[in-house]
Amino acid sequence: MSRIGIFTCWCGENIARTVDVDEVAKEVSSLPGVRCSVNYKYMCSDPGQAMVREKIVSEKLDGVVVASCSPHMHLKTFRKAAQAAGLNPYLVEMANIREHCSWVHHDRAQATAKAVDIIRLSVEKVRNDAALEPIRVPVTRRALVIGGGVAGIQAALDIADAGYEVVMVEREPSIGGKMAGLSETFPTLDCSQCILTPRMVEVGQHPRIKLYSYSEVEAVEGFVGNFKITIRQKARYVDTAKCTGCGECWNVCPLKKNPSEFDFAMGTRPAIYIPFPQAVPARPVIDKKVCAALIRNGCKLCEKKCKAEAINFKDEDKLVEEKVGTVVVATGYKLYNIAKEQDKAWLSGYGEYGYGKYKNVIDSLQFERLVSASGPTNGVLKRPSDGANPKNVVFISCVGSRDNAKGLPYCSKICCMYTAKHAMLYKHKVHDGQAHVFYMDIRAGGKGYDEFVRRAIEQDGAKYYRGRVSKITEESGKLIVRGADTLAGVPVTIEADLVVLAAAMRPADGIEELAQKLNIGYDEFGFLLESHPKLRPVETNTAGIFIAGACHAPKDIPESVAQASAAASKVQVMLAADELTREPEIAAVNEQTCAACFTCVNTCPYHAVERAELRTGRGAFIKRTARVNPGLCMGCGTCVSVCPSKSADLQGFTEQQVYAMVESLA
Amino acid sequence: MDLAPNQLIRTVQLGQTTTALRSQAIWECVSCQTCSTRCPKEVDCAAVMDALREISLAEGMVATSEQPVVAFQQAFLDNIRRNGRLAELELIAQFKTAVFFRTGRPAFLFKDAGLAPQLGKRKKLHLLPGKARDRKVVERIFAKCSTGPKK
Amino acid sequence: MLDGAEEMNLGYYPGCALHGSSNDYEQSLRACLGALDVQLQEINDWICCGATAAHALNHKLSLALPARNLALAERDGLKQLFAPCPLCSMQLLKVQKAVADGNGLRTELSQIVEAEVRGDGQILNLIQVFQTIGLDKLKAAVKEPLKSISAACYYGCLLTRPPEVVHFDDFEQPKSMEAVLAALGAKTVEWNYKTECCGAGMTMSSEDTVLDLAHKILSNAAAHGANCVVVACPMCHVNLDMKQAAVEQRYHEKLGMVIYYLSDLVGLAMGLSAEQLGVNRHFVTKA
Repeated sequence: MSRIGIFTCWCGENIARTVDVDEVAKEVSSLPGVRCSVNYKYMCSDPGQAMVREKIVSEKLDGVVVASCSPHMHLKTFRKAAQAAGLNPYLVEMANIREHCSWVHHDRAQATAKAVDIIRLSVEKVRNDAALEPIRVPVTRRALVIGGGVAGIQAALDIADAGYEVVMVEREPSIGGKMAGLSETFPTLDCSQCILTPRMVEVGQHPRIKLYSYSEVEAVEGFVGNFKITIRQKARYVDTAKCTGCGECWNVCPLKKNPSEFDFAMGTRPAIYIPFPQAVPARPVIDKKVCAALIRNGCKLCEKKCKAEAINFKDEDKLVEEKVGTVVVATGYKLYNIAKEQDKAWLSGYGEYGYGKYKNVIDSLQFERLVSASGPTNGVLKRPSDGANPKNVVFISCVGSRDNAKGLPYCSKICCMYTAKHAMLYKHKVHDGQAHVFYMDIRAGGKGYDEFVRRAIEQDGAKYYRGRVSKITEESGKLIVRGADTLAGVPVTIEADLVVLAAAMRPADGIEELAQKLNIGYDEFGFLLESHPKLRPVETNTAGIFIAGACHAPKDIPESVAQASAAASKVQVMLAADELTREPEIAAVNEQTCAACFTCVNTCPYHAVERAELRTGRGAFIKRTARVNPGLCMGCGTCVSVCPSKSADLQGFTEQQVYAMVESLA
Repeated sequence: MDLAPNQLIRTVQLGQTTTALRSQAIWECVSCQTCSTRCPKEVDCAAVMDALREISLAEGMVATSEQPVVAFQQAFLDNIRRNGRLAELELIAQFKTAVFFRTGRPAFLFKDAGLAPQLGKRKKLHLLPGKARDRKVVERIFAKCSTGPKK
Repeated sequence: MLDGAEEMNLGYYPGCALHGSSNDYEQSLRACLGALDVQLQEINDWICCGATAAHALNHKLSLALPARNLALAERDGLKQLFAPCPLCSMQLLKVQKAVADGNGLRTELSQIVEAEVRGDGQILNLIQVFQTIGLDKLKAAVKEPLKSISAACYYGCLLTRPPEVVHFDDFEQPKSMEAVLAALGAKTVEWNYKTECCGAGMTMSSEDTVLDLAHKILSNAAAHGANCVVVACPMCHVNLDMKQAAVEQRYHEKLGMVIYYLSDLVGLAMGLSAEQLGVNRHFVTKA
């Protein structure tokens, strides 16, 4: 015999204006199994909750229905109240007579009748509720950070400093990401490597950070608190344990003129190389695409020179397994390649700018390397075609950004700021040079940012033209840049020695494959999707996996660092307990009746159903069955709908409950 | 060009359509299609220019200095309406006369007259040009299309 | 003649220019394509496509006139239609695209032009005709490689634009004409006015515009080492060839740049004479 209490709320005027609450409370008191029915102006308030607790105890209720707003608002509130009064919290249901009734209807009589029906349904449901217990999942108290740029570094240090072990996986031979290659950063004009390399060293030396460099995530299995990650350590052909980083090998390598990835082809590197002097780890790697020893068993000068005997041409990729409880994805960005070859059908590059055709048309990251003190020209700005000092440099904003026709419709956020920075750095290096910037709008919304742009214009004499560039051609070694200034309403033609294109920011290569391995969402541009754009910017819809930095959306260094610390704090919340609790409203399979057709295994979007076996105590095989992994299941109900033997059911929303609810309306 | 293409579109966005319709720019435009090809917002600027031209003529707002351009296009359309295909000498005669009457410039009548013998020498002048056989259908097509532009 | 080649049949839409003062272009392509065993079947009783005048003054008409020609070509069973004037070819393609986009336009246009418009034929410009014949076949037909030609390939506006209508070549850095010339043994120059407008139909009504634009084109071609310009458009030819004397007079420059139709050079390479191709009827001929 049920003893159900119904608590109907006025919600001030929100419900009472349209629904006759007194009438409702009176009508529902005569429903079968209802022990008491009260109403109050604000059920979620302290007195309201006290009323619920009091009635649970005094009337010995075994089920509670709160008829008020949406469960999204206060289900947790009332479950807590019930628990405090000694009632299992999963024996509480909410009848939504606000969003589903008073807020969407006008007729008082009809709304009141509908409210009674809604409550009738909830009463049927709560009558068939089971006293569920939250699911406890053990947690491996280690974190994985994918990506060793500034965001990954920040997240790793925060988590490791809090006392947890961190596994960091970085695809390049060294950590540091794009920031390691920048010259100076806005708005302070700090030397980028100077502020980053101490952090890089900290990561390399941290007792709780295990760094897998020149490695990639191969596979991800498991679920929140219990991930098993397979990492592919790519073959360096150098034993990092023996190598001392002395540099004899890369000095003696005869194949010196390979385009340097770190310099974005503005400089060269040998076949055995370290990407930059401050690399962490400071160990070289051999490019197997060009090394003579690896291709045809020739050369081997480096092996001969190496006193530590660290060269190993027989090296192979290794697969390593790591167990972690949470993952932070911080894989960073790349620039839109504005030349013809594209990876997506809807991108076409900018043929009219001549990128790839004219040597002196470069992109912004290439310019960073040319002005960087540790760059291929040691910080002396030399234009690529002939090494001359450019006296007129044109900077073009929004190349590929804000472009529905040829590029990406979004704003890449950082380009207005780094273009101003480039104009300033250029002027600081070439005192008699003139910077020309073509822009559509100036986006400088951060602290000190607008002042920074004004400095470029007012103190460093950069000329800003409000308009786009239509075409770049080359005449007698000069780049003819044809653009416009719409403020004056005139065409503007500049004869430039160098053109720098602010290309759009895109997520790094391979982001979609990685996201699929992790089962996290991404948008049409590849940017990873957050749980909620306002309130949950570092969580994903997959429990235990967090995101930080430019892999989420275009952003600058301060924002990436802030987001990384935010992700780290979420990781710490999760790792702080020995166990994680999950809501128990998930699917369960009746293993006796399960026909082992495994349709559910194939349809579950969360890969939460496993193929299992029922065995006797002594291990004899009885039958096969599907089994839900309580750590992964999100309670979507897909398996319930496809199960032909009706063996799968959703706890807290069983088929029996649904039928009972429907029948109660007949 | 008194107004650049982006300024023409801006004046229309601001509701100052008359400024655009009275401009010289819409008649100076050669319809090279570069604008529509380059526009990052996929605005079909060339089609906007066509529309402005059609409305400008219908509303009688053609800039005075641009009368020769309009006269040429109108003479061209009259010509193919009659002949189904272009009869060049007829076109030139009608065009030059129209401009003369609209602008009162006799010099215009005789400009390029030296080209006539040059063309004749090269057998490029057709005194009896080929016409379409079914010219009535052309007339009917023109009639069906001449119900005035939508605003 | 092409050895062992089958005769190719193409529908043919000359347009008003080729039957008017640009009849040297028709002479050129008939001689050249005839030598390549390409038969041209002219659309029965075609009409003007509307040129610039229609799209500038009457939108409906600018769709109807090309639509009529599409319908006539379809009625004549011409599945491949060669239109040597890029304004004609672009407008035919534009109507095909508009009709394919739906919205009852096919029915409306069919009613206006009094013939059924399907819009399913293949429209070819001159360069595409040579591509269809095959550049290797062209190369094999060359008797006198054009060693003295250093050409600036001039595409003008409408061969490559609007790109979503014509879908032909790279609209910023086109190379299809250069490929044809390479097959003929001619050199081509890299220059900067390949797709800049020549002034189109403004020749008579806004001569200053044409002279300014033609001057820029011709000077740039010369500055980059070209000794001739190659075109595939009758309007471009008029503005660069017929008006060259006026350009020289206005800007006090000697240009002396021969303007070849692409079919002229293909014909010359195959051993046809200047007279056969009508090259002697240009305004600017070799000194």
